[in-house]
Amino acid sequence: MKTLRLTLAHNAGPLAALAIFILMFAIYIAFHPAGLSSAVVTTATNKAVLLALVAMAQTLPVLTGGIDMSVGVIFVLTNCLASRLVVGTMPEALLGILAVLVAGSLAGLVNGLIVVAGRLQPMITTLASGAVFAGIALWIRPSPGGDVQSDIADFATGTLFDTIPVGLLLLAAVVLAVWVPFRRSEYGRAALAIGSNENAAYVSGVPTRQAKMLVYVLSGLLAAIGGILLTCNTYSGEASATVAGAYTLNSIAAVVIGGTSLAGGWGTAIGSVFGAFILRTIEDLLFVFDLPPLWQPLFQGAVLLLAISVGAIRVFRVKNRLEIFQ
Amino acid sequence: MMATPSASSWTLAMNRFGIDRPVQIAIGCIIALLAAGAVYSPAFLSQDYLLQQLQIATFLGVIASGAMMVVLLGHIDLSIPWVVTLGAMMATGLSGWIGPLGVVLAIPFGILCGALVGVFNGIGVAYLRLPAMIFTLGTNAVVQGLLVLLTGGSAPQDKATDAMRLIAVGRSFAGIPNAVLVWLVVGGGMIFLLRRTRFGRAVYAIGNMEAAAYLSGIRTGRIIVACFAFSGAMAALSGILLAGYSTKAYQAMGDSFLMPAMAAVVLGGTSILGGRGNYLGTVCGVILITLLQSILSIMQMPDAGRQVIYGAVIIAMLLVYGRERSTRV
Repeated sequence: MKTLRLTLAHNAGPLAALAIFILMFAIYIAFHPAGLSSAVVTTATNKAVLLALVAMAQTLPVLTGGIDMSVGVIFVLTNCLASRLVVGTMPEALLGILAVLVAGSLAGLVNGLIVVAGRLQPMITTLASGAVFAGIALWIRPSPGGDVQSDIADFATGTLFDTIPVGLLLLAAVVLAVWVPFRRSEYGRAALAIGSNENAAYVSGVPTRQAKMLVYVLSGLLAAIGGILLTCNTYSGEASATVAGAYTLNSIAAVVIGGTSLAGGWGTAIGSVFGAFILRTIEDLLFVFDLPPLWQPLFQGAVLLLAISVGAIRVFRVKNRLEIFQ
Repeated sequence: MMATPSASSWTLAMNRFGIDRPVQIAIGCIIALLAAGAVYSPAFLSQDYLLQQLQIATFLGVIASGAMMVVLLGHIDLSIPWVVTLGAMMATGLSGWIGPLGVVLAIPFGILCGALVGVFNGIGVAYLRLPAMIFTLGTNAVVQGLLVLLTGGSAPQDKATDAMRLIAVGRSFAGIPNAVLVWLVVGGGMIFLLRRTRFGRAVYAIGNMEAAAYLSGIRTGRIIVACFAFSGAMAALSGILLAGYSTKAYQAMGDSFLMPAMAAVVLGGTSILGGRGNYLGTVCGVILITLLQSILSIMQMPDAGRQVIYGAVIIAMLLVYGRERSTRV
């Protein structure tokens, strides 16, 4: 009983995100003219899964106290790459997917190398490397266009047995295949230890360098999975700076709403997934409530600001004033 | 003992004027860039071109001044893009709302709006203890929402006033662009604040360790709010200059300034973790980035190559002198 209570308290952030998401989604379905249908859920899912993957990608560096300002750009870069490589016959397209995943991981590896071996601050590193990746994306796709293997795209954006969106299953598969093994491995613990106190982790013999490197590589890989799915959704590639910027910023917001500490040391990618779902549901809610389009950016901004302001509750709980400086 | 100038006394004298290692390297890179440009075309060293570059550098320079103040605290201001737009739109729009008086008050009103957003940011960071990175991001989204709401339905007056044109593109004294004079005033004020006042000391102290600063009797909250307000005011001022330069205010006019401003601050040797950095470095960083952008565009490099080189140069320069110490205890 006590263990259960502790587990609940420990995971209060992600659980709160889950609760808010369920509530918002229930309101959305209740007011949607078509109600709870497979089509409505699939449309909502396909949009949300993209941000969820980018948010997961963002979570990993944040756990170590770093940040990846280039996730959105890697997402867009792999989108452009996929629109060139994931074409042709099925074997060719599958090979293309593999190549795109490798490319995304390589982009992450570059970030990791600069942060670990170059000893530069992650924030600045990824801002600058983001410019490089954006340039490469523009070189691959100077103007929007391209194509994607339609069987793969239809499968990835469709439903299984006409009920369950495949996107959701893919997301679950990614969580099980990437996040869970990582979190349970030595490197997952190392990432959290680095976020808590890098020096202490280092002297305790924790493999800090390897863990940091792995975190950025996996971040690139997850963003690349998102990029491929984006291609499946849009059937084209576009080197859009706007999309890249929006996804990077929303990914940070999703990570925070999901209960992960931006200072590092605590968090889970699953919380970020729900954070991403919440952000996407806000947009859908604006649609069902028929808010005038001009009000939408303000409403979205205000909800975002409110969601992150929930963290301020901590200030009113501290007993010793010095604690708030931590 | 004879007073022979040794290496260490030279270093000391240089540091006395704020010319530390990052500044020296940045100045070296500026000279190298100019030399490379001069090989390409002698026009690079003409007075016209250099003054023109300084004038364009002012927009970034003013923004980077505010950004640096916040970075010195160990925080970051991501609301800069839309505060730039806010400053420009409020300043140009005022005369449309309150008539002729609005023309007179345009510039102070624009700056005031920016400062108010900054105060809001500062309260969130200093008193609600929310991470600056995410709180200012939220503010940016809200300001964007407000501006879309305000200007989307009925376009307000968006023409720059004569005074805004004058400070942005006029050359009132000896052919020096007025914009550069604005930057000189802002920069002089920054150097004075940071090096000669208690406020400046407090900024560095908070950047190094806020708890210690608090225990030493510094009202850390007020200083943080003041720094964010300064950052907002500077972003808005730059927006006003930009509106004067391009004759009108438009949506998203500040979007391309955040990344160069952060890069300029960091290239100038200011630690992104706070507590370390001097203003001269930021000036060098701003000039360096402006020159780099200018040279890449003169060489008619396609946009893709430009971004790759731009990002690579920043990383390469930081690898030369911006590295952290390795993990040791």
